Parts: sequence; structure tokens; C-alpha cells
Amino acid sequence: MVEGSADLEMTTQNISPGMDLDDKTRAELERAGVIVTRVDFLYNWSRSNSVWPLTFGLACCAIEMIASATSRFDMSRFGSEVFRPTPRQADLMIVSGTVTKKMAPQVVRIYNQMPEPKWIIAMGACAISGGPFKQGYNVLKGIDRYLPVDVYLPGCPPRPEAVLQSLNYLQNKINDQDIKADPAFTKGRRQYPVPEFTGTDLEPPYNPEVWSPPENPNGEPVVPPKKTAA
Amino acid sequence: MGPHHPSTHGVFRMDVKLDGETVVDLKPVFGYLHRNHEKLAEDMSYLASMPFTDRLDYFNSMTNNWAYALAAEQLVEIEVPERAEYLRVIMAELTRLVNHVSLVGFFVNDLGALGTPLLYAFREREKILDLFEQASGARMMCNYFRFGGLRCDVPEGWLDRAREVTDRFPKFLDEYEQLLCENEIILSRTQGIGKLSRELAISAGITGPMLRASGVAYDLRKVDKYGIYDRFKFRVPYGEEGDCYDRFMVRMLEMRESIQILKQALADIPEGDIMGKAPRVFKPKPAEVYGRIEGPKGELGFYLIADGTPKPYRYRVRPPSLINLTVLRDMCLGQKIADAVVILGSIDIVLGEVDR
Repeated sequence: MVEGSADLEMTTQNISPGMDLDDKTRAELERAGVIVTRVDFLYNWSRSNSVWPLTFGLACCAIEMIASATSRFDMSRFGSEVFRPTPRQADLMIVSGTVTKKMAPQVVRIYNQMPEPKWIIAMGACAISGGPFKQGYNVLKGIDRYLPVDVYLPGCPPRPEAVLQSLNYLQNKINDQDIKADPAFTKGRRQYPVPEFTGTDLEPPYNPEVWSPPENPNGEPVVPPKKTAA
Repeated sequence: MGPHHPSTHGVFRMDVKLDGETVVDLKPVFGYLHRNHEKLAEDMSYLASMPFTDRLDYFNSMTNNWAYALAAEQLVEIEVPERAEYLRVIMAELTRLVNHVSLVGFFVNDLGALGTPLLYAFREREKILDLFEQASGARMMCNYFRFGGLRCDVPEGWLDRAREVTDRFPKFLDEYEQLLCENEIILSRTQGIGKLSRELAISAGITGPMLRASGVAYDLRKVDKYGIYDRFKFRVPYGEEGDCYDRFMVRMLEMRESIQILKQALADIPEGDIMGKAPRVFKPKPAEVYGRIEGPKGELGFYLIADGTPKPYRYRVRPPSLINLTVLRDMCLGQKIADAVVILGSIDIVLGEVDR
């Protein structure tokens, strides 16, 4: 069991937090078959326990993603075994593996096709930052340049247990969502601009809405002092 | 058929022209996973490329390592100790089991049997991955081979566990064969589909189980006898028709032979060192070498040009997946669109290796 609201038991105390109901009224209501709760709680509880991921494998990590769904690790314990081949039916996109510059427009397009609410797990070092292939000319240095990532899952590749843990983190995150304020529920389906692959690079290089280059904390670039002959 | 396809072979696109349901023209489009493997390797020392070879064909990290180590060992002529040679054979054959078992799972998945066979396959795969993890510390990206031997010896009791896995594996194969090999749906979906003639297979440079399914009993383990493969008795299964069913069956039979090799190797393995006398700084004289092995998917070769510096001047991979993929069009023409997926599955590609 993981700490957090994901695994709270369905007692009346827990499902109606903040309601100033005394125990007597509550018991009476329960006897009549009425449970008082917040919409947020009920909605998030059902959402977080039936996250449907997209069947979407990019590279090595995809194999570990499949392994985490198979019988030994059994992702269905957390309600996520229903891998959907079409983005229209999926809630969660696990970006599993290296995103190359040729592939990045397709990844963004698939994300745009997913209905709200939708989440992203960046799985593996490559999806987070380019990983071991970061020096390469054809590798996108992190999918978070174009899409809002919810959970970063490091490893090369991460073990299936780590995939399950990242799913738990995501469930906690979903449980903390405020339906009234969350952009997933207020703004309609979020669409992110699809970058264009020009043959050598992506245009634009990143989406300023979700990512900006880190600032140099020192302001000026640090130049190492020149060695002088002693 | 776009880069994101349920058949989970990775990011691969087929431009298919159809007449009704019949494939009239087909053009494979790849490059969606081009990770500059070769270019990166030219900018780092020889040994530093070893972990990158893991990520070529991510099912078979051990055999990739071996092919690269074999090429680099020719550059400086390192003697590999006896125990290391045995362990290399054991690891390579276990890898072959992992690859073929998951291939069969994915292949049947492509046929439409979603899930169940794949779950069976992954159940067995996990047992072998446990062995890899105990030996090398990683499940998939083992990075276990070094020039002149292996990184570390296997832990105590590992060989017994390996024997246990090897002894139990045929039982699983029996079960699998009983379920699949004479299954009527599989027979009708695969027999006579995607025929590859012997002549075309040879002239297109096809290697591995695909070549053998077309009726050529060519196995580098028998031809080159690299490592210590001349010491083991095993047969080379080959097909006659060259259709999808033959390619599927060749792999099923190869697993049996791998188990035979494993049993012999695990019985004879001697004690001793696992690392030869390799130079601390790997700086070969200018030379060109080509090292190749019989990988689970075909002939995997590494072509290195050394120029006297610690970095290779040119580093080239001969990926079996890519070259086996070149005949996809010839096999698919005139077939139905649903069979194109089956044919693709029977080639056994991994996009990490196709695009590199």
C-alpha cells in the first residue's frame, strides 16, 4: 500500500471530508442508502483507479512497459491493464523510449487526439532528457519540450516495478485534482502545436508554453581561468 | 499503416497501396528510431560503445555485446579464457531463447490471439531475465561482455539455477507446441503466406532463421565456429517452403537445439579466470576488422576501422533486422492486407536495430 489518498478506504469519514455532518445524521442517511460525498472525491477516485494507457511503444522501454502489464508484475492490480490502441479511448500516454526528431510531431499529434483528462508519464532517460543518446543529432532532448509531463520515470530502462510506482504517483496526483480549477476540465481539449520536422531539426525547437531553457544561475557564462606557466 | 501501430514492433510505417484487400505496392518507411548509434560510437572510446550495443536490439543485449567484443578482440588479439567462452555461449543461447520465445508471442499476437500466448511467453522470459539480472545486474541492458572476457563471474549457485531453468524449459515448449503448432487457425493463416524463395533469400543477403526457413541450412555457428561452438553437438533446423509457418517452426525447433547446447555447456563448464590479458588502454594499430556472430535474428556483424587512436575511425553495424526487412515488399505483393502484418511479424524486426 502506498501512502496517500489513492488507497483510502471507502468509509463515510473519508469520502465526505469537510461535510459538517454529525455521526447520527450520517448513519441515518446511510441507512436510507444515501452517501454524502464531494464530487471531486468520487470523480478522482474512479478516474485514478481506471487509468487506460495507450499502446504506444517507442523503443527499449516499451518492452518493460509490456512486461509490467504481464502476469508477473500485473498492472491490472492498479486498474490499468486496458491498453488501448487508439488515442481516442486512452487517458494516459506512456512515452516509452527515445523520441527522435522524426517521431516527435507524431507523438504530439497523438497526444492532441486524446480526450481530456489526459496524463503523460515520461518513461526512461531518453524520454526525459535524451538519455545516453542525448549527444546525437537526431534525438529530441526530452519530450517535455513539447508536452506537459506529469510523472518522470528515470531508468534505462526502468524496471517494471518502477513503472508500477510511477503509476501510483500518478494516481496520487489524480486524487489531488480540483475539478473546478484544473485546466483539464475547464479549458476543453488541450491542443499543443505540432512541431514540423524540417529534415534536420524541429521547428519550433520547443513549445514556450510548457518549457523554457534553464537560466544560467550565474548570469554570465563561467570561463575557467587560464592556466599560466608556473 | 502508421508509425504507431498495435502490432508493437516499434515505430515503423508501411505505405501500402491496395486493390480491394490485396496489396499492390508496399514501401517500408523507417528512421523513426534513428539514434545515431554509429556516429556516437566514433566519438567515444572502444569500450564506451559497449553499453550502446545493448540498445541496438533490445531483446538480445548479450549477443550484441558478443558480436562487438568479437570484432574488437580481433584488433588486438586477446586470448579469451576457457570459462569465459563457456559463459558466453550460455548467455548467447539463453538470449536466443528469450528472443524466440517473445517473437513467437508477438507473432501470434499479430495473428489476432491478443494477450494469452504473449503472457505465456513473457512468463518464461522472466525466468531467464532473472538469470541475467543475477549475473550482470540488469534485466535487459546487461552490458556484460568485455574485450577478452566478461565483466564479472557469475555468482555462486548461478549455474545450478541456470540448469534448473534449462531443464524446465522443454516442458514449456511442449505446452506451446501443443497449443500452437497444429492449431487450425494458425495453420490456415500462415501456411503458404509470404513465401520467400531460396534464390531471392540468398541474393538479398537474408540471414538467420529467415534464410533457414527458405531451405538453406546456413548457420554461422556451424560455418564460422566462432567461440567454442565446434565443441557442441546441435542440429540446424531448416524449412522447405519459406512461408510464415516455416519461419515460425524454425524458431520453435531452434529453441530445442539451444537447450541442447545449453545442457552441454552447463555440464562441461570449467573453473578458472573469466578475463583474459586485455590492455588497460585499448589503442589498436590501424586495421580493419569484421566480427560476426549468428544472432537470434541473423548475422550480426560489426565492422571497425581503427586508425591508431583510442576511438574507432569508422564503426559500422550490419543489422540483421534491416537486411531481412528488405524483402518485405516481395513477400507482401499479392497478399491480403491482414497478412502483411503477419509477414512483418514473421520477419522478426526490432526497430532499435533497423534504424540504429
